[in-house]
Order: sequence, then structure tokens, then C-alpha cells
Amino acid sequence: MFNWFKKNTHPEFWKEYLKTFKTKESKKIEETRFIVFDTETNGLDIVKDRILSIGAITVLNNTLDVADNFELYLKQNEFNAETVEIHGILKDGNLLKYTEIEALEKFINYVGNSILVAHHAAFDIEMVNAALKRMNLPKLKNKSIDTGILYKKLKGKKNKHFNLDVLCKEFNIPKHDRHTASGDAYITALLFLKIISKLKQERKVNYSDLFRTSNKEGLI
Amino acid sequence: MKNTISERIFDFLKDFPPFDVLNKKQLFLVSSNVKVTYIEIGKTVFQQGEIPHENFYIVKDGAIGLYRTIESDEILVDICDEGDIFGLRPLVQNDHYLMSAKANEESILYAISVNILKEIIENNEKVNKFLIASFSTNIKTPYAKNNNGKLFANIETLEDNNGNFSDFQTAEYSKDPVTCLKSTSIKEAALIMSSNKVGSILIVEDKNPIGIITDKDLRLKIATGFVSINKKVIEIMSSPVITVSEKITTAEAQIAMLKNKITHLCITKDGTPNSELTGIMSEHDIVVLQGNNPSVLIKELKRAKDVETLKYIREKTSNLLNGYIEQKIPIVFVSNIISEITNAITIKAIELSLKEMKKQPPVKFGWLALGSQGRKEQLLVTDQDNALVFQNVPDENHQETKDYFISLSEKITKKLSIVGFEYCPAEMMASNPDYCLSLKEWKHQFNKWITIPSEKSIMMCTIFFDYNLIYGDLGLVNKMSKSIFNSIKSYEIFLNFLGKNALINPPPLGFFRQFLVEDDGENKDQFDIKSRALMPLIDAARLLTLSHKVKDKNNTIERFQKLIEIEPQNNDLYLMCIDSFKILLRFRTEQGIKHKDSGRYINLKSLNKAEKLKLKGCFKPIKDIQELIKVRYNLSQML
Repeated sequence: MFNWFKKNTHPEFWKEYLKTFKTKESKKIEETRFIVFDTETNGLDIVKDRILSIGAITVLNNTLDVADNFELYLKQNEFNAETVEIHGILKDGNLLKYTEIEALEKFINYVGNSILVAHHAAFDIEMVNAALKRMNLPKLKNKSIDTGILYKKLKGKKNKHFNLDVLCKEFNIPKHDRHTASGDAYITALLFLKIISKLKQERKVNYSDLFRTSNKEGLI
Repeated sequence: MKNTISERIFDFLKDFPPFDVLNKKQLFLVSSNVKVTYIEIGKTVFQQGEIPHENFYIVKDGAIGLYRTIESDEILVDICDEGDIFGLRPLVQNDHYLMSAKANEESILYAISVNILKEIIENNEKVNKFLIASFSTNIKTPYAKNNNGKLFANIETLEDNNGNFSDFQTAEYSKDPVTCLKSTSIKEAALIMSSNKVGSILIVEDKNPIGIITDKDLRLKIATGFVSINKKVIEIMSSPVITVSEKITTAEAQIAMLKNKITHLCITKDGTPNSELTGIMSEHDIVVLQGNNPSVLIKELKRAKDVETLKYIREKTSNLLNGYIEQKIPIVFVSNIISEITNAITIKAIELSLKEMKKQPPVKFGWLALGSQGRKEQLLVTDQDNALVFQNVPDENHQETKDYFISLSEKITKKLSIVGFEYCPAEMMASNPDYCLSLKEWKHQFNKWITIPSEKSIMMCTIFFDYNLIYGDLGLVNKMSKSIFNSIKSYEIFLNFLGKNALINPPPLGFFRQFLVEDDGENKDQFDIKSRALMPLIDAARLLTLSHKVKDKNNTIERFQKLIEIEPQNNDLYLMCIDSFKILLRFRTEQGIKHKDSGRYINLKSLNKAEKLKLKGCFKPIKDIQELIKVRYNLSQML
């Protein structure tokens, strides 16, 4: 009873978000809506540090839909001068900025039940989860894919661990707008498509293969 | 709201037509609605006959091949690379796809909704023009009358025409010429000139110009005491005068002066000597108009006493060429002027060499320029190709005569090499005993090449047939030409061999990508504009004029013009060939100037979109004229 009551205190957008998971989605890669995203943060500490911006783009049927992209900057109380050099976001720039609560609401509305894709996804997802926790909300329910792990499924890459720059080079992706959330999301999206394409050349790739975290190559 | 991804796409599109003519708001609307698609190598974007997608495509990275399947043959029609648009026509015309699009390399495409573009097309005349133009370059259309000029329409809309056309402007001239009647005395005429402070006076009869007296005449004929100052002007005037029409351009005026070796042109109402005099143009008027002046160079050449002066003038000629190309002066004028200078340098080199010889030439001879110089298409300094013909002599004198001309040729070719025309690596020079022959020997040589055609002899023919007499006896050369036509007449299959040779280099369709994968050699990533684009046109023009027994034309453009006269039914095709040739020749010259080389190999990556489109447009006429040759000479079996 208490639990039920507590759940009901969740804001409207969260209820809507949960509803999207009730519909049964296709299990075909071509019909699945992926949201490739990246967060820029002022540090790597999930508890202490904050999200500065979120960039994301939709991938459906091998295509990035620019009209359906997401780019948003957050107001900050915490400010770490050292990381400004990397991401270029100043505490009071001229950009339109949202509070963490506003930003998360927009992001949750945007992603719905899509599959989240990011390079080293665990970190970005944890940053979002940490923000949700500050709003007394549970963690994200979305399935997720880490392009870093996906890359390891390729032949001969099992024990490789590369950052985005190195993979861009390997996959011949121009590094425009690197270290902006949107730029990195765009780059990661292309990387995502190219890795899947390469995987498909090597073997048959099923929807479920994308999510295996351990590399059970022999079983596929 | 900031949109980094759209901005990035905006930045890419803004460099490529037709997006480059959109305003910021329109382009941003396009950019923020792009769908980015990744296509694996070998995968299809759309199939021939398919109902069109909602989007058309622009290649961001990679290369897409457009294929047309006819019966069971799949033919590569075009290759689209960075910045190229494809799949648009069916959307605009509500038609099915005429071709299939397949990724020749892994590619990233921007798909753009046609509905967004449709609005823009309606409101933007320039975009509209571009699209019409690009349809006509991409899609096979016969040279229908109503399509005339549209092949290159895109270029006109893209290129800024702000160049300084000083040579192409109507030339400035004095509209109030100083004149006298033929009954005037020389003294009176000189007084009139002095009081008007002019260097020349025109003698008129019924308002028509009949002669001219210049300061030079007074100096040479009067001051020397040869003619009395009391005589009538008619005694010393130069007559007839060279007349031109009021609309003459500076470049045309220069050529007229060069050709006639004069310094003044009379302007008359209709351009003939039999109409009213309206003005006079002096060399000085032109010098004033443009600092760098070919007539001045020719004059300096005539005064030249040593090869160093020739070299200096050749270098100045290069500056002149640069200026002309920069100013976008029509290439035909440019090649005429440069050829005149090159010929004048050669003549001077011959004259200087003759002076060095201990004896006068034993018999008449002719110095022939071959290849591009012979065709008057040599703009940049390249290798020298030449030959010498001398009058037949009795057998006992032959060796002695030949030795004389070889040693003369050695002097001439050496001078030319000092000037900057390097020795021909294949030794196609008059100093080579094989190409310093008597008329009889030449007739024999040509006959052998024609009747025993081998790959090598055909190649020799293509070089030697474009000869042009630079110095010496025209009679010898005419006899030579006549004998060539006789040989061909008795052995007509030779033309088929020549036709086969003309098809050796098919134009690379959408070569930009194809070429890259084709070639890994020293010139990887580079396009050989000479053998792939210029030579096919040159070869075709030579072959077709030869088959019509046209003797006096060896310039490619003139050959095509002659062909238009002979075959009016092919008017449109030949006009296209002329246009293509002009564009390609200018292109090669521009590249040569830019990279300080022969301009033969073009780095495709250094070309912008408009330049690439321009080149692509040139390939269609090449393809079509090769088809014509293939059919006419029944070459399908021979190939």
C-alpha cells in the first residue's frame, strides 16, 4: 500500500516513460529505434560530478535522423574549471540552459523505450541515473549497448579496449565537434552503424547479439 | 536552440551546388531535416524501376555508382562522390528510378526530403537552373535543339563572371583620325601630322581609306632623300590598308596586326576597305590598354640577335599567358597569340642558325612543327616535336645535302631547347636522320606508315599528320600533303586503323572515383587530362577531316568547324566537341600554370565541385563522338 502510494508520487513524465515499456517492440535491428547519446560532465566521479550537456541522435533502419536529435545544456552549481578546456562549456555561457530537473524530464521524454547506445555507455547511464536519484527517481529502464563492447565482438578485437578517437581513425569517421555531447553522439552513431555492418560481414547478427556483454563468440 | 549536428551538415552543404545559392534560413531548414544514411559497399540505395523514395541523396563520404540495366547488361553510367546529388530527377518528375544506385565504396549519404527542396526550387531561380543543368549532364539526352547550351548552363550560373575581359572588350581607338587626300604633298601631310601630334596620317578617297603614311615612312623614304618632299603622298603611302570593323576586340586587333606585320588598323563602317573610314587603331592604343603586349614581344623577337633574347621573350610570354588565363580570355584567342609567338621564336631560331651555317642551304627546305605546336594548341612550354623536308636532289648529292640539313637542325633544336622547349624524349626532331628527309623520302615514309599500319606507325601518323610549316617552302609541303591523301585513297582501310586508334582512350565515366581505384602508379589520384580527354577529341577531329580529304586544317577547333560545314546533320555534336575542347584546353593550361608543369595530370582532390562538374560535362561529347566513329568505321569488329 505504501509502495503503491510512493510510486504514484512520481511525476507525470516518469509515468509516461514507464508506459512506453508496456508496448511490445520489434526484435529486428532494422525496426528498432536506437538513441545514441553522450553526456559531457565536469568530471568522472559519478556522485560528485554533474552533467553539463546531453547530445543524442536517433538511429532507425541504418539512418540517423537529424530532425530527431537532442541537444541540451544544463545549469550548474558545481563548476570544475579544469575540464572547461576539454568541453568548452563555461559556467555562464550564452547558451540556453536548463536545470537538471528540466533537462532530465526532456531527455526521458525523448528516449522513451528506445535502446540507448553510447561509447562506454555505463558511465553515461550512471551519470543520468545519479541525476535521477537526486530527483528521487529510480534508474533508467532502457536496454543499452556499449559501442566499446560491441567493437570487441569483432574478430580479433576481443581484448582490445579503445577510446573513441582511436576507433574513429580505424573506422574512418571524421572527428568533427569532438568533445561536444552532440558531436560525440553523432560520431558514436556512425561508429555504431559501421561496427554492426562489419559484424554482419563476419557472421549473422541477431538483435539479441547486440546486448550480450560477455563475448561468447563460439556460441553465436 | 543550439543544434551542433545541423550546423555541421550546414557547413558541408554550403560548399556544394545547388545548396551554395540558398540563403542561410533555407539551408538551415534543409540541414536540420537531413537523414544520415550509412551504406555498406555493394549495397543498393535504390533499384532501377523502383518507385522513388521521399528523399534524394547527396554523397557525404564514399562513392555511389549509378547503373542502368538494359536487358541483362548492367552498365555503369556515373559515379557520384563527395557533394554529388543523385536520385532527384524521379522525385521532381514523379517518375520511377531510371537507374540503380549502388555503393562502390562504403558511403555516408545525406538524404534530403524532396518536399523541402520543392518549396525552395519554386522560390529560387538559380537552384532551378542548376537542377535542369545537372539533369542534362547526368541523363542521356540526344543533342536536341531545345537542349542547346544547357550542358554547360550549370557552369555559367556557378562561375562568377567578374573577370576582366580587357582583351575581349571592344578595343579603344581614335575616332577622329587625321586624314588627307591623295593629291596632298608629302610636306603638307607631314605638317598636318605635326600640328595634330600624331605618328600617322590616312589617305582617303571618297571617305574610304586607301593608304597610310607613318613616321617610319617619313624616316625611311623622305629623310634618306629617296623621295622628294614635294611629291604627292601617294608616292610613299603603304597601300592597301588593313581594315577592320568597329566591333573588333583588342585580341582580334592584335592578331590582325601580328598577321599582317603592321602597326595600324583602319576602322571602317562595315570593316571592308570600301566603306567610310571611322577611326584608326595603333599598336600604341593597345599597349596603353594592356601593359603586357604580344605585338611588342614579336617586335622584340624580330630584333633579337641571340638565343638569350629568345629565352627572355619566351619567359615573358608565359606571364602573358598567365594574365590571359586569369582574365578568362577566350582560349581560342589565347592559343592563337601564343602560337604566333612560339612560331616567331622558332623562325628566329632558324634564322639565327642559318646565319651560323657556313653555306647557304643547297636546296629549298621546309621546317615543320608537329603535334600540338603544329595544331597551334600548345600553350604551355612542352617538348619540341619537329621535322624537316628538303627538295629532292640527285642521288650523288643526297648524303651531302642531308648532312647539311641535319647539322642545321641540330643548331635549331639546340636553340629551342635553350629557349625552354625541351628535346623530345622520343627524338621526334628534325635533327634525327629519320625525320630530316627529302620530299621523296617523306612520301615513301608516309606511304609505308599508311599501307603497313602497325601500332607504332599509326602513332607516328597521329603526330606527323598535324604538321604545320613554320619556315621555308610551302610548295614542298603541299606536295607532301597531296601524297599523303593519295596514299590514303589507295588504302582506305588505313582510316579504320586510325579510327581504332582514336578509341584507345575512352572517356572515363564519372572518372573521379573510378580513376582512383584504377591507377596505383606514380600519378595515383590524378587524372590524365591529355590522354583521357584532349587526345580523344584531337584524334577524332583529325580522323574525320582526313576522311573528308580536308587538307589545310590542322587545328582541332578549326577541324570541327570544317566538319560542321561538311556534315551539318552533326552540327550539335561537333559544337559540343568544340565547347568541350575549349574547356579542357583552358583547364589543362590553368592547371599547368598553377602547378608549374605540363598540366597533364590533375589532382582531383584539388578541384572544387564546379570544376568537377565542368569536366564531367566535357565527357559526354567525347563519348558520343567515339560512338559516331565506332559506327562510321565499323569498328565494333575490330575492337
